[in-house]
Amino acid sequence: MSPLQACLLFSSALFSLGLIAVLVRSNAILVLLGVELMLNAANLNFIAFWRYGPAPAEGHGVVFVVFALAVAAAEAAVGLALVIALHRHQRNVRLGDARRLHG
Amino acid sequence: MHLPVQLTWLIPALPAAAAAMIAVVPARRPGLGAGLALAALAGSLLLAVLALGGALADPAARLTHTFTWFAVGHGAIRLGWLLDPLGTLLAVMVAAVGLLIFTFSLGYLRDDPRAKQFFCFLSLFAGAMLGLLLANSLLLLFVCWELVGLASYLLIGFWFQRPAAAQAARKAFITTRIGDLGLLLGLVWLQDSTGTLLLFDGGRGVLEAEALGSLAGATTVGGLAVSTAIGLLLFCGAAGKSGQVPLHVWLPDAMEGPTPVSALIHAATMVAAGVFLVARVFPLLAADLALPHAPVHALSVVATVGAVTALFGAAVAVAQDDIKRVLAFSTVSQLGYMMLAAGTGAWTAAIFHLLTHACFKALLFLGAGSVIHATHHEQDIRRLGGLRGRLPVTGATFAVGMMALAGVPFLFSGFWSKEAILHAAHGWAISPLPFLVALAAVALTAFYMTRLLAEVFAGAPRGHGAETAHESPAVMTVPLVVLALASVGLGFLGTPWWPWLQRTLDPTFKAEAGGAGLMAVSIALVAAGILAGWARYGRHPRSDARAPDPLARSVPRLHRALAARLGCDELYAATLGRLNAALAAAANALDRSVWDGCVRLLARLGAYAGLVSRETDEEVLNGGFNAAGDGLRASGRAYARTQTGDAHGYVWMLAAGFVLLALAVLLGGAR
Repeated sequence: MSPLQACLLFSSALFSLGLIAVLVRSNAILVLLGVELMLNAANLNFIAFWRYGPAPAEGHGVVFVVFALAVAAAEAAVGLALVIALHRHQRNVRLGDARRLHG
Repeated sequence: MHLPVQLTWLIPALPAAAAAMIAVVPARRPGLGAGLALAALAGSLLLAVLALGGALADPAARLTHTFTWFAVGHGAIRLGWLLDPLGTLLAVMVAAVGLLIFTFSLGYLRDDPRAKQFFCFLSLFAGAMLGLLLANSLLLLFVCWELVGLASYLLIGFWFQRPAAAQAARKAFITTRIGDLGLLLGLVWLQDSTGTLLLFDGGRGVLEAEALGSLAGATTVGGLAVSTAIGLLLFCGAAGKSGQVPLHVWLPDAMEGPTPVSALIHAATMVAAGVFLVARVFPLLAADLALPHAPVHALSVVATVGAVTALFGAAVAVAQDDIKRVLAFSTVSQLGYMMLAAGTGAWTAAIFHLLTHACFKALLFLGAGSVIHATHHEQDIRRLGGLRGRLPVTGATFAVGMMALAGVPFLFSGFWSKEAILHAAHGWAISPLPFLVALAAVALTAFYMTRLLAEVFAGAPRGHGAETAHESPAVMTVPLVVLALASVGLGFLGTPWWPWLQRTLDPTFKAEAGGAGLMAVSIALVAAGILAGWARYGRHPRSDARAPDPLARSVPRLHRALAARLGCDELYAATLGRLNAALAAAANALDRSVWDGCVRLLARLGAYAGLVSRETDEEVLNGGFNAAGDGLRASGRAYARTQTGDAHGYVWMLAAGFVLLALAVLLGGAR
């Protein structure tokens, strides 16, 4: 197995872990954690394709990842603020309880 | 057998790994978590002893192991480990004291349902602290520095259900962060001007002659040498961590945490990290001493801050009524001593005092923990008293700790290390003031420790907790005895006649003769302090908890000011706190008036446009569209049923759609 394959397998596992967390967890914070895991799996792919791709000497992959990390940090801030707002409204952070926007 | 330097990472990694494992151990098996923590730390202790053996075999040789963390552009960020007498000696101390305190915690937190988390945080702390001591890179040191700060925050707020504990944790975190900002700026500046953050790197490290020469040679704003400016920035971090005035306010409040935490983190190890940092970067701080026209020397600032802190802490400790707060202010004062020693050039004396202080202050805090445990969480010395007969082991070991801290001559370790510091301060050429301040603090220290001992252990019980006290179990008293033995024995490593410790740490150390007169003065001051304390508190113990403090009767205004900690917290609340509140109020007002006004204006314009449009709609277009609208409404209602509002449902649909798409692509490819 080439290192690229190993990286991709690892990142798929990480992505699946994150996806499972998002799908089955009811705590909004843990769902956010799952989203972060999925993001980082994507980051890992960037790095892997860059490192084992045609131009590993140039910094493309790192730049992508730094941008993705910055966006992820902003997203975490907004997400946690949403969680706090959710907690203010319903005194818990269960996603199942937050369905006031149903049709 | 010596530890190969490539394996140094194991020392911090063991407790850190234990912390990770404890985090996933089931909560119903607290014993397993505690066992993991103890085993990992014992392993670290063994490895640290091996590393110390290797470092002592040749004290002048610095074993380093450097590796690249990551490379970007043309540079690379390199981290590394360093085995030298300074780091390994302190690592052995941290692991040994930590092991005793972990053991003590087994008894102290036996009934706490969250004991598992406690051991997890403690292990995390131990790992980070050991990493801090053994790092050969200021960046790695900084990472560990922040991790110990995090562990300290988590442990101060361990009983976060109590508002005071949660508040104290936040205060500690934010106050030390102010100092850490300075440290970070210093690191960035250092990286920018030398291109590396490694301490020793075969001639290219920041503590080696080449870099020091260029840093001391360049000047910056105000004629400061760059090395002075960077040194002072690094000292900001040290002052925050070590509770130096004016950043000391968090340390007394940190006593809201469980007492073993106060002993390990806020007395013996983490708060000493600042002193360690100053000793570690001492060549950088001392680089400007050779400059004749420097406006200020970095070390002079260190010495001044240390002297002020030593006197401030000792004075405030005199008037505190909470057993742990007396000890906390005493810690502030003793850390000031260490900074004073480092500032006057005797960083080996600072480390000597750091080691002895770690033992006897851990002993005193654990003794206080034993008292608190035995009296059902009574911490107010006015309601204690008479515990001498009820807690014989705790009382005897606490007295040993008290005498070591007060500097009772010859037998106790605190005497020798304090003597080394006084000697250094006496020989400081720049100003005699720090020496005089240190002498005053010696007498005050003896006074407040005599007061504490007399109030807690002498006389008759003055409260329900003290009346029903029973000696703590062996798991708590055995660490006390071990620490008491260490508090006596450690002093003989650094006496003026055989300064083994100083010579090991600094091979160029030269013992100076002629300290007998100085020793006589300090012994006289210690005796005066103890006698004064005994005369006021020991001879006639107060009869009941409401009787006023003897000091409050003779000098009421001074006592009130000291009991209020000289108003530092109030001052900060009135200035910085109010400034922050004013900024927040201004931002709020701006938000409400200006931005809200813009939004409202837009909204009103929209409303007018809407009015016009409604008129035309109702008059002209309604009829035709009503029918279409009804149809849309019906279909909308049908679709709305799929909008359940359940975020999970959406994600499930997303995932299912993805799987369908993937299947379609795969099957399509096959055809």
